[in-house]
Amino acid sequence: MTTTTFSPQRLGTLLVALALLLAPLTLGGEEYVLRVLTVGATYAIAVYGMNLILGLTGQLSLAHGGFFGIGVYIVGLLTTDYDWAFWPSFLVAVLVTGLGGFVAGIVALRTREEYFAIFTMAMGFIIFLVISRWESVTHAHSGVSGVKFPEGFGLFDFSEPVVMYYLVLLFLLGAGYVTHAVRRSGIGRTLVAIRTSEDLARSIGVNVGLNKQLAFAASTTFAGVAGGLFAAVQGFVGPSAASLDLTFEMLMFILVGGLGTVLGPVVGTFLVLFLFEFFQDFEAYRFLVLGPIIVVLVIFAPRGIVGYLNAFVGKLRSRAAGAGNGSGGPPEHRSSDTATDVKETL
Amino acid sequence: MTLLEVRGLGKHFSGLHAVDDVDLDVAAGRITAIIGPNGAGKSTLFNLLAGFYRPTSGSVRFKDRDITGMSPHRTVAHGIARTFQTTNLFEDATVLDNVLSGRIVRSHSTVFDAVLRTPRHRKEERHNLDKAMAALEFTGIAEYRDEIASSVPQEVQKRVSIALALATEPELLLLDEPAAGLTEEETVGFAQLIRNIVADGVTVGLVEHRMSMVMSLADHILVLDHGKEIASGTPETVRTDPQVIEAYLGADHQDQEGAG
Ligand SMILES: Nc1ncnc2c1ncn2[C@@H]1O[C@H](COP(=O)(O)OP(=O)(O)O)[C@@H](O)[C@H]1O
Ligand SMILES: [Mg+2]
Repeated sequence: MTTTTFSPQRLGTLLVALALLLAPLTLGGEEYVLRVLTVGATYAIAVYGMNLILGLTGQLSLAHGGFFGIGVYIVGLLTTDYDWAFWPSFLVAVLVTGLGGFVAGIVALRTREEYFAIFTMAMGFIIFLVISRWESVTHAHSGVSGVKFPEGFGLFDFSEPVVMYYLVLLFLLGAGYVTHAVRRSGIGRTLVAIRTSEDLARSIGVNVGLNKQLAFAASTTFAGVAGGLFAAVQGFVGPSAASLDLTFEMLMFILVGGLGTVLGPVVGTFLVLFLFEFFQDFEAYRFLVLGPIIVVLVIFAPRGIVGYLNAFVGKLRSRAAGAGNGSGGPPEHRSSDTATDVKETL
Repeated sequence: MTLLEVRGLGKHFSGLHAVDDVDLDVAAGRITAIIGPNGAGKSTLFNLLAGFYRPTSGSVRFKDRDITGMSPHRTVAHGIARTFQTTNLFEDATVLDNVLSGRIVRSHSTVFDAVLRTPRHRKEERHNLDKAMAALEFTGIAEYRDEIASSVPQEVQKRVSIALALATEPELLLLDEPAAGLTEEETVGFAQLIRNIVADGVTVGLVEHRMSMVMSLADHILVLDHGKEIASGTPETVRTDPQVIEAYLGADHQDQEGAG
C-alpha cells in the first residue's frame, strides 16, 4: 500500500501510452500500418463513449455506430459540399451528436434494459437508413470524398499521416483521462450505482433518469468526436461508417478489453483490429466468427482483459494488505490520496 | 415537534388496498415503530413516504413541506433515508465505496470539476471520505472498509446498508426490518445502534417483527392490519389493545413472540 506511486495499473497505463506514442517511430514509414493505427485510435475514442454508457452505466446502446456515422457525415458533408473548414464542422458534429444524444435519451431511457437495447438499435438503424438512402444530401452509396484535413494554422500539417496520428492520439488520451477522472469521482459512483441497482441508487438520492440521460449524451458525444476525426483520417467515407456492423464491432472491442475499465477500450480495440488484419482473408466471414465470440465472451469472460488484470492485481494487493495489518486494530483515517488509490483500478 | 405528518394516506394496487387511510405523526428525535402482520402494508407505507410509490390518496408533509408523490431523489435530498427489507447493497463494490455512494446526494461538483480536479472537487471528495468513514465508525464496521460488500457477514451487510443511509445525512431514517434474520445477540447490538442513531439527532421510523425489540425501543407505535390502522399509541397502550392481540393471534405467525 505504501508504493502507491507506482502501482501495476500506472505501469500498465504508462506502457500502453508509450507504445502508442512511439508506434510511428518504430514503423519506419510503413504508411499502411500507421493508417490502421490511426483509424483504430478513432474507433477507440468511440469505444470510450460506449464504455461510459454500457461499461459504467450498464445500458446497452446499439445506436453507437449511428452516432459515429452522424459525426462522420457532418464533417464529411460540411467540408466538401458546403466547403466549411474542418474545425467548425467538427464542432457542429460534436454539438449535434451531444444534443442529439440528450434528446434521444429523453425517450430512450424511459425504457429499461433490453427495451433500451432494442430502441437504440432501431435508432441506429434509422440513422443508417437515412445516410445510405438520402441520396440528394448524403450521396447514398457513392459516399463523400475529399474530406478536408484539420487546419493546422501554419503550425501543423495534418495531411501528414504521422501528424494526424498524433492529433487523434491526443483525443484518445483525452477520452481515457476523462474516463479515469469520471470513475474516480462522485459522478462515476453515480453511474456505477445505476448500473448495479437502480432501486438502490434511487433510494440514496440518485436522479436515475437524468444521470442516464447525461451519460448517454456523453457517450454519443464521444461517438461524434470519433466520427468527425475518422472522416478526416479517411478522406473518403461511405454509409458503412454508420452501420450496425460497426456498433457490434465496437461492442466486441469493449467486451474483449474490459467493460468499465480505463484501459479496456484502447486495449480491446487495438487487439481485435490487429486480429482482424491478421485474418483479413476471412473478411466476409468476420461476423460468422464475431457473433459466437461475443456470446462466449459475455457468458464466460464478462470482465475483459483489463478487468481480469485489475482483479488479479486487486487480489495480490488485498493479500499483501492482509499480511501487513492482520492485527485487527482500528483502521485509521487515511488521507484522501491513498484512499482514492485503493480503487484506482484501470 | 412533528417532523413528518401523514394524513389519509392510501395506496391501491389494482383493487387491493395495501395502505388505507393512514394518519401518522412522527415526532422529531423519537422512534416511531410500525408493526402488523405480514402483508399489513408496512413496507408499502415506507415506500410511499420515501417517494418510491405514488399514493392514490392522502398527503405527506415533511418539515412543513408537502412531499406527497415527490420522487426519491428529492425526498432523500430533503432528508429522508430508507433501508430495504431485503438487504440491498452495491454487492461488487467495497464497503467504503458503498457508503461513499451515499454522499452523491450531498455532492455538488460536476464532471468538469472531476476532469479538471478543481480545488472544490478535491475538497468535496475529502469531505465525503471523512463523512463515509464517520458513518462506518458509527455503525461499527470501519474494519471492513476495503472488503467487497457481498463477502462480509450478513450482520455487517445490514450495518453497511444503515451506514449507507446515514451517509446521506438524513433527518428521518426509515428502517424496514433491520434485524430480520439476525440472532438474539446481534439484535441487541442493533437495538443499541438504533438508540445511538436517535441520540445523534436522527429521527427513526422502524418496521420490525420482533416485539421485544419494538417494545423496548419505540416511543410511539402504529399498528396496521390490511392496510388500516387498528391501534396507535405508546408501547403500553398498544400492548394491551384487544384488537392488536386479536390481529396477531389471528395472523398465526411462527416468528411471532406475541403481543402480550
Ligand atoms: N408493487 C406491488 N404491487 C402489487 N401489490 C403489492 C405491491 N407491493 C405490495 N403489494 C401488496 O400490498 C400488501 C402489503 O404489502 P407490504 O407493504 O409489503 O406488507 P408488509 O411490509 O406489512 O409485510 C401485500 O398484500 C402485498 O402483496
Ligand atoms: Mg414488509
